[in-house]
Amino acid sequence: MKNAKINVSKFNFYYGDSRVLKDITIDIPENRVTGIIGPSGCGKSTFLRSLNRMNDVILGSRAEGSVMLDGRDIYGRDVDVAGLRRKVGMVFQKSNPFPKSVFENVAYGLRIDGIKDKYFIEERVERSLRDAALWSEVKDRLRDNAFELSGGQQQRLCIARALAIEPEILLMDEPASALDPTATLKIEELIQELKKKYTIIIVTHNMQQAARVSDLTAFFMLGELVEYDITSIIFTKPSKKLTEDYITGRFG
Amino acid sequence: MKLKNVTQAAGFLFLRICVTAAILALVVILADIVTKGIGVISWEFLTTMPKNGMTQGGILPAIVGTFLVTVITALLAIPLGMGCAIYLNEYASDTKLTRLIRMSIRNLSGVPSIVYGLFGVILFVQLMNLGTCVLSAGMTLGLMTLPWTITASEEALKNVPRSYREGALALGATKWQTIRTNVLPYAIPGMLTGTILGLSRAAGETAPILFTGAAFYLPFLPKSLFSQFMALPYHLYVMSTQHHAISKVRPIAYGTALVLITMVFAMNLVAVIARYRLRKIKME
Amino acid sequence: MARHAHKEKLIHGLFLLNGLLVVFLLAGIFAVLVKTSIPAFREIPLGQFLFSSVWNPTATFTKPSYGILAMLVSTFMVSVGALAIAIPIGVGAAAYLSDVANRHVREIAKPIVEILAGIPSVVIGFLGIVLVGPMIARIFGLPNGLNALNGAILLAVMALPTIVSLSEDALKSVPRSFQEASLALGATHWQTLVKVKIPAALSGIIAACMLGMGRAVGETMTVLMATGCSIKMPASFLDSVQTMTATIAIELGEVPYNTTHYYALFGIGLVLFIITFFVNMASDIILHKYQRVMK
Repeated sequence: MKNAKINVSKFNFYYGDSRVLKDITIDIPENRVTGIIGPSGCGKSTFLRSLNRMNDVILGSRAEGSVMLDGRDIYGRDVDVAGLRRKVGMVFQKSNPFPKSVFENVAYGLRIDGIKDKYFIEERVERSLRDAALWSEVKDRLRDNAFELSGGQQQRLCIARALAIEPEILLMDEPASALDPTATLKIEELIQELKKKYTIIIVTHNMQQAARVSDLTAFFMLGELVEYDITSIIFTKPSKKLTEDYITGRFG
Repeated sequence: MKLKNVTQAAGFLFLRICVTAAILALVVILADIVTKGIGVISWEFLTTMPKNGMTQGGILPAIVGTFLVTVITALLAIPLGMGCAIYLNEYASDTKLTRLIRMSIRNLSGVPSIVYGLFGVILFVQLMNLGTCVLSAGMTLGLMTLPWTITASEEALKNVPRSYREGALALGATKWQTIRTNVLPYAIPGMLTGTILGLSRAAGETAPILFTGAAFYLPFLPKSLFSQFMALPYHLYVMSTQHHAISKVRPIAYGTALVLITMVFAMNLVAVIARYRLRKIKME
Repeated sequence: MARHAHKEKLIHGLFLLNGLLVVFLLAGIFAVLVKTSIPAFREIPLGQFLFSSVWNPTATFTKPSYGILAMLVSTFMVSVGALAIAIPIGVGAAAYLSDVANRHVREIAKPIVEILAGIPSVVIGFLGIVLVGPMIARIFGLPNGLNALNGAILLAVMALPTIVSLSEDALKSVPRSFQEASLALGATHWQTLVKVKIPAALSGIIAACMLGMGRAVGETMTVLMATGCSIKMPASFLDSVQTMTATIAIELGEVPYNTTHYYALFGIGLVLFIITFFVNMASDIILHKYQRVMK
């Protein structure tokens, strides 16, 4: 595939003795939204968290195979995991703002990077909040505690927080699953905006959402990648029976 | 059917008596000490030196001594306890080594306080050549308090949601940056609260300080951390068993006991209130 | 190499070292006790130390004798006596708090039990002298009430909070389904408690009692003040006794450093350490087995 940002090949992932990802090979293109669908427990979240090595924290986990980001294996030796995560931002299923002010949440990534310049930080915070379509709602509440925002606002704040350190890739793990339809719509519109600048990979449980937001869709089941194609093809004429069964709602 | 109910009534009555007995124990203890000790307490009792072979005067040096020793205890036990808790909760994985550390903590909390006293004599008084003094006694109590502060600190760390850690790590924070900026600020109040309870127990302990620095009778304040000192619990022991005119000094013993339990309860109260407020903040 | 990697490794190492401190401390305490008591065992036959009931280190005309049996028996007598009082009351109170009491009673009773745990042992000992002692003397017609019974009563008060709160935890962790099954079969609340819940929580309760035992064996000030300090084989609970902890407390302050007597006191410390170590380990093992079963 041309312009592949990430090439995953023969990737296996284990929790202790159980193999939760089996020989995954997939190329993820730059500046596109790649959706990952599949029944719960199929390994889609584990796969997403493998791309910024967030699974490292889980005891007894082990990865095999390679994940090349811009041609370099992120599981290679001497990889700076913190640096990798600055390049590959992540938004979690449940919004997880820190118990700090709105401003400090967005500035967090900059501050831990050692940036002290007040004007630089202020400018970057504003830009990130604008990019996350939140600025107009919070510009007068920057000093408020982040917990005072609504659920949808909190999730966009987490997106802004991820954007502030200028990642190249944004991983989203069911980012709208805890939100109401209006807030969900806002996030989906935002994703369309963001793909101009970022490579986005989104895990979703909701097939309509995948059909709406993603350019490509990968269908996972029982730890295997069953099918991966352009979204319209996956949803209209999938080549595998299993995929068809899933998208037509026969299970899952 | 009827017999069943009679048995139940009798059984519950027995249980009620058990609880009442436990409560009664506390009521009797407090009532006796408060009623007989309150008359002795005066500004003078709290702020003057003992006089005439401790048959008269106040208990100031014992109050100051206990305060100083508790400060040393805190300075040793709080940072080391927090550090150990951070290791266990943030760094350690479930290995043999971790289990060994956890087993050691549980066992240390069961080591008799007098044995800590013996250890303090060898380590601080003799090997480190500090002699019997505030520092030796405080550090001995500090070691004794360590298992409690570790447990309390770990409890506080466990209460910080995992999402704070994951969120920071996902933003490229290193492990230590995550702990320092996004875990400790939310855990430290809880750590301190739990630690105060441990310190209050240490402040009331006698056995570990018997041979590491507590003095029978010193009608002046400790000049430095290398001086011997009087302590409230030891003073109470002396006044109730070692004094040559025990019945004459009984009121002073009661007064000392009242001051000691007031101090210990005040520390407990601070911890309980702090814990209550922390809980409320968390719920909001 | 990554930017922060070295610093991170260093910090990790420092915390590891801090974590290992407790292992070193436990090992250090054991090592100090062993090393300091070895000179004593060069002089004193181990058989005499453990099985003689004559403790007379300061004998001038005869050979000094270092037998700890009387103290060992006294320690167990006082501790077992304390548990005989504290276990029924403690488990009963725990059962009441977990199963019978309404929220209101629980909210008052629980802090009271916690406060009881916070009373310094020297204060309890003091009350043994001024309150419990005279009472025992009056009831049994003795010249004074400083004896094993007094110590047992006081230690029972001190062991009570541990037993109550840990037994309550154990009772609370019995799955509701057990209780519901029993009630559905027509058992009364009381029958369910006695025949289902307490047996199900038994290992947790036993662990709690062992922990209380460990505390009682190691307690110093209370028994030092209230048991009368007389080293002889006790014949009954109304005899004055002197426990191992009390002997160390009384004599260590008076013996010159580095004499056989001094080393022998560390030998007593070693025996205490070993006893409490095994009591605590046993309690730990019981508790862990129980937690695994409950899961």
